[in-house]
Amino acid sequence: MTDHPESADSSLIHARGLTKRYAGFTAVDSIDFDVAPGESFGFLGPNGAGKTSTMRMIACVSPITEGTLRVMGLDPHRDGSRIRAQLGVVPQRDTLDEELTTRENLIIYGRYFGLPRAEAARRADELLEFAQLAERAKDQVEPLSGGMKRRLTIARSLINEPRVLLLDEPTTGLDPQARHLVWDRLYRLKQRGVTLVLTTHYMDEAEQLCDRLVVMDKARIVAEGSPRALIEQYSTREVTELRFPAGVQETLDGQLDGIGERIERLPDRVLVYAQDGDAALAAVHARGLQPETVLVRRSSLEDVFLRLTGRSLIE
Amino acid sequence: MTALSTPGPAAPHGVTGLAGIGRVFESRLLGYRRTFRSSIFNSFLGPVLFLTAMGVGLGTYVDRAGTDSLGGVSYLAFLAPGLLAATAMQSAAFEATFPIMGGLVWQRVFHAMYATPLRPIDIALGNLAWIAFRLLLIATVFTIVTVLFGAASSPLIVLAIPVAVLTGMAFAGPIGAFSATQRTMEKFNAVFRFGITPLFLFSGTFFPVESLPLFLQPIAWLTPLYHGVALSRGLSLGTAFDDPLVMAIHLLVLVGFIVVGALAMIRTVERKLVRG
Repeated sequence: MTDHPESADSSLIHARGLTKRYAGFTAVDSIDFDVAPGESFGFLGPNGAGKTSTMRMIACVSPITEGTLRVMGLDPHRDGSRIRAQLGVVPQRDTLDEELTTRENLIIYGRYFGLPRAEAARRADELLEFAQLAERAKDQVEPLSGGMKRRLTIARSLINEPRVLLLDEPTTGLDPQARHLVWDRLYRLKQRGVTLVLTTHYMDEAEQLCDRLVVMDKARIVAEGSPRALIEQYSTREVTELRFPAGVQETLDGQLDGIGERIERLPDRVLVYAQDGDAALAAVHARGLQPETVLVRRSSLEDVFLRLTGRSLIE
Repeated sequence: MTALSTPGPAAPHGVTGLAGIGRVFESRLLGYRRTFRSSIFNSFLGPVLFLTAMGVGLGTYVDRAGTDSLGGVSYLAFLAPGLLAATAMQSAAFEATFPIMGGLVWQRVFHAMYATPLRPIDIALGNLAWIAFRLLLIATVFTIVTVLFGAASSPLIVLAIPVAVLTGMAFAGPIGAFSATQRTMEKFNAVFRFGITPLFLFSGTFFPVESLPLFLQPIAWLTPLYHGVALSRGLSLGTAFDDPLVMAIHLLVLVGFIVVGALAMIRTVERKLVRG
């Protein structure tokens, strides 16, 4: 964002007024951001917000329409091939060669980067360990589970020892167990100092993995900061969720006014934003209202998104 | 867990020159190893069946009726080099449709390549190089079968192998360019039914183009297969250098199709990869 002092030299990825237009619509509308070396940076937003278009421009596979973009100090238009040599990319949909074995997939990918065969094989074996796929080294890819394919795709993206790892929705479509395994591997990479840039529409993913993130909505960046700072800035410490019996919520007109700092009505429940959720609940009871179920919880990025856009992140 | 941080040799750089084409070729070769045996067997079986049925079986009747219109050679000797060129065309058409769609739309392996230093031009030309290699194998096996059938009159038939590769490539580029614009395989049927099969039948493979109705003959001249068949047959019968100018024109037409097709394919593959 404009109030960020990073220059094009010190940041690994530097964007100003970055815009992507397709015939008829604007996918990314003049966004600014910087990613520092070693940072985990996230693009959070619903489907169609422009996250993938942004990632494809950073990955040097889709030309920018307007603005400035520098990746590792280089211009994607002129030096796309050189930049891609130092990137690792985990696309939204797996692009594995299903006729090959898992190990062959890694080796041939290393060859695309010009690695000597022996070196590609050495790294492939290491990465199979890392991705917990060593026992499946000689198996064909096609019958692997979704989580295994995802881990193989991540392993593959590391074959060139990239400076920046781009992950487009790394865990979308995985079951909770598989997601946690992927998160664990990504967390280890982060600890090793690999710069992660990821898109997600999962709050927990952003909170777990991102040092800093931007919230995107309708092709623009609407907020930027660490998950904690965003919650502090745009939400309260706690949230009290109230569910009323069918038909009751519509009759509540004004009856909750003044409780907490802000009230948000969703189709199926009412959210009361307050520093002290229990105190807010006590106030609700004091007014003689009897919600069917109650949940007092800490604020999350979901609340930030709701506040910024008036909509839920996943509809 | 193993440490990944051990630095390996030579940080990778961008791709220049022909290196990228070689890497794409290597990838296709790796996938081919699994089907290599059955594929070689098939390229043997095809010509054996065709030359037996058409060349020997049907040929006996043709020869009995006299082959002046075929240039006085046996039907088998007339057919074999034509069939060689036509087979190269068919194989090229197959290789330029389904595998290209697989790489761009189904498995999207070409998109994975594009996430590395490889460029769209490397991906397009690497695949064309691969198709040329496949055609080389197929044409070589076909030529061996032809010689075993005693259907080659001249040692020049060895040169019919590269001619068959050129003939196939004259189709691979344009068809590959078309395949890269498609989202589904729906129109591939039409390519084969209204393109490849009629050409196979009417471009001088089974009978001279001169026996076609007069108005159809110029159409045959416009297709690369006609020129490939003429070249191939001239070499197999040993008459190719009787009229070098005509042979040069045949060759030039094939090269023209190859160059234009390859340029078109580079463009359409790039467009598809950029669109995502």
